[in-house]
Amino acid sequence: MSFNIVVLAKQVPDTRNVGKDAMKADGTVNRGALPAIYNPEDLNALEQALRIKDKFPGTKVQVLTMGPARAAEIIRESLYRGADGGFLLSGREFAGSDTLATSYALACAIRKMGKIDMIICGRQAIDGDTAQVGPQVAEKLGLPQVTYAEEILKIEDGKITVKRRLERGVETVRCPFPMLLTVNASAANCRPRNAKLTLKYKRANTATERNSLEEDCGDFYKTHPHLNITEWGTADIDHEPEWLGLSGSPTKVKSIQNVVFTAKESKTLDASDNTIEELMKELIANHTIG
Amino acid sequence: MSNFYLDNPALKFQLSHPLMPKIVALKERNFADKDKYEHASQDFDDAIDNYERVLEIIGEICAEIIAPNAESVDKEGPQVVDNRVIYARGTQENHDALKQAGLYGMALPRQYGGLNFSMVPYVMAAELVSRADAGFANIWGLQDCAETIAEFASDDIKEEFLPRVSQGQTCSMDLTEPDAGSDLQAVQLKATYNEAEGIWYLNGVKRFITNGDAHIKLVLARSEDGTNDGRGLSYFVADNRHDHTIKVRRIENKLGIKGSPTCELVFSNTPAKLVGTRRMGLIKYVMSLMNGARLGVGAQSVGLSAAAYSEALAYAKDRKQFGKAIIDFPAVYEMLALIKAKLDASRALLYETTRFVDVYKAYEGIETERKLEADEKADYKEFQKNADAFTPLLKMFASEYANQNAYDCVQVHGGSGFMKDYACERLYRDARILTIYEGTSQLQVVAAIRHVSTGTYLKKIREYEAQQLEPEFEALRQRLAAMTQTYEKAVAQVSESKDNEYFDFAARRLVEMAGHIVMGHLLLLDANRDDMFRKSAEVYINYGEAEVVKHASFIKRFDPAQLENYKA
Repeated sequence: MSFNIVVLAKQVPDTRNVGKDAMKADGTVNRGALPAIYNPEDLNALEQALRIKDKFPGTKVQVLTMGPARAAEIIRESLYRGADGGFLLSGREFAGSDTLATSYALACAIRKMGKIDMIICGRQAIDGDTAQVGPQVAEKLGLPQVTYAEEILKIEDGKITVKRRLERGVETVRCPFPMLLTVNASAANCRPRNAKLTLKYKRANTATERNSLEEDCGDFYKTHPHLNITEWGTADIDHEPEWLGLSGSPTKVKSIQNVVFTAKESKTLDASDNTIEELMKELIANHTIG
Repeated sequence: MSNFYLDNPALKFQLSHPLMPKIVALKERNFADKDKYEHASQDFDDAIDNYERVLEIIGEICAEIIAPNAESVDKEGPQVVDNRVIYARGTQENHDALKQAGLYGMALPRQYGGLNFSMVPYVMAAELVSRADAGFANIWGLQDCAETIAEFASDDIKEEFLPRVSQGQTCSMDLTEPDAGSDLQAVQLKATYNEAEGIWYLNGVKRFITNGDAHIKLVLARSEDGTNDGRGLSYFVADNRHDHTIKVRRIENKLGIKGSPTCELVFSNTPAKLVGTRRMGLIKYVMSLMNGARLGVGAQSVGLSAAAYSEALAYAKDRKQFGKAIIDFPAVYEMLALIKAKLDASRALLYETTRFVDVYKAYEGIETERKLEADEKADYKEFQKNADAFTPLLKMFASEYANQNAYDCVQVHGGSGFMKDYACERLYRDARILTIYEGTSQLQVVAAIRHVSTGTYLKKIREYEAQQLEPEFEALRQRLAAMTQTYEKAVAQVSESKDNEYFDFAARRLVEMAGHIVMGHLLLLDANRDDMFRKSAEVYINYGEAEVVKHASFIKRFDPAQLENYKA
């Protein structure tokens, strides 16, 4: 048994370490001041995909990301950890997409990728926190979805059994393939980059990146096709132009306010030693205590 | 994300040393693997880029996983269940992360699944892991055993074991026994050859074996009946199949490095294979392994010093007394400056030694492939001699400084440092073993003193003196030259006494004098290349000069007749 898996991943500004210049005067995010990182829950998603690959040899894990040229970094980071390949969906027509236009574009790209057994994505991205894109992609592709996954308990008889982490407890559900899974931060952390894969794939790049290099690559990428990160634009996917980008985005930002946090989001913990230890570690790590 | 490699520019600096192109070219055999393996380096710049990328991975794992686990690992420790070792939860997590990241077998040839890294980045990785958790560094660092297999074992043994090391199986070196500690000639564990099966069997007890339940074990055993000394010992590799032929009888309850299981082992008819030639176990292979292990303890010590410095600095900046941060008081900032100077000095010595080892090990490897040219052979011997001379110096100084630095780190913390609430008390306990295992400081002096007599150190010091420096460093160089004169006088005085016991008695002082001068020069050369070492060079030369004068004064006034006063 093996699977074709697509992981949806997004490059996001690192909003976890926000400094004074993180927001512009007009209230929008100052992307230049924040480092671009792999959306944390998408890394949890990638780990779930790689675990399936570990367990079922022959499984293929491909990463799909939509973003500007530099988002190819997300594909490389995935290759360093064990993904088999990746696609960057890029072009000015995609700019300004809200969750609806984004999920439309992603769904169009996934349709181009052939037979897919599973789509795995993070629950939500730290720049928008909507948790809408995964479910919308599932809807557009007509796939069943399991959200808030914490752990894949088993895969057998063409079905996947998943533990979901909900606000007030856990729920175990079974779902047939093909399906879409969104993964919570409470799932296993992603494995580190692998040394050999990092050295092997450090030259992986897109045609756009290659064109901006000073040195001439000759026919290096012809002889090393696996180092070519596929870049798709609107011409490569079947789509209705008006559903993409700004025109496909009914969400309109009316105004933006600066809000000062008075209380942080609450979190319910069970009373086990493990949970308490994890919390202590978190509090020490973010310097709340210690 | 924090990263122990990226937060410390002193490491990247070492990768830019002028000897690196030579080291890389030798190690890579002029990049012979470049079309064979996709992860192989294409040229020098590519190799350095590869080193850095891998060090970044290790730096991240150290900062994000290993260091945060260190406290719980220290508290929990390993246990023995059914004669097997179960690691502490954090230890297992550390090991799994490094294994997934492919960071075992870093220095092994690519044909065995390794990264074929030179020693400099490998030792740097060891320093990083040690800074995160010195105890865990033992488990990871025992991949050194693979080096010995790669150097001396038959091709069959290499094929059988080396790829397993690259896949993350752990190793142990089983040398010491209840009655054979520093004196390994007394090893009694028996190896018997079964001719019909063509297999050796091991029987006996080993004690104080780090990571004793490892998958792959290198065992020193008595293969020659009726012998009592080192010439009856051979070296074996045993595959620990966990079939009860190797039992962990107990693990020691230690002062520090508690995460590293120190085992007492019982071998009962354990099948094993001979490594290299019979009777050469102690004389050749263990000595080689030991030199590698001493370099490893050097890295471990520097890593621990780095942790001590970072803890002490953070606390001194944060802690306010009498209306200001304590770092603003001379008594405290002097302590911090000394910790930093000793850290930088021992790191300079660590990588200088590592470069010597790198060059000679590369020649050693090349020699198995082809005959060396006369000039290569001379170069090989020169680097090997320098590695032999610098390794004990490094082991002694780096481990002693790690202890002094951990002591001062607790002192900077004051009363809080005595409590379990801060990492410094663990560093203090973890540091204590460093001057003891893989040869005590006293035994390092025994290994180093002949390089005082034969002038290896002096020759090297003269080479450092002759290097081009910016004019602003001239005054410091002159002070080092004066220290060297003092050292030469002291050596002459002790040698002239023709009294062997007195020579042994004075040995440590002479070796220390040489060490201070060597490290002073190394820091000066570093400062000449990068301003970030200027302060440490000045602070260290102030310190080392005073130490040299102290030792010289002792030797000058000492009458060998007084030796009697020192005997109990």
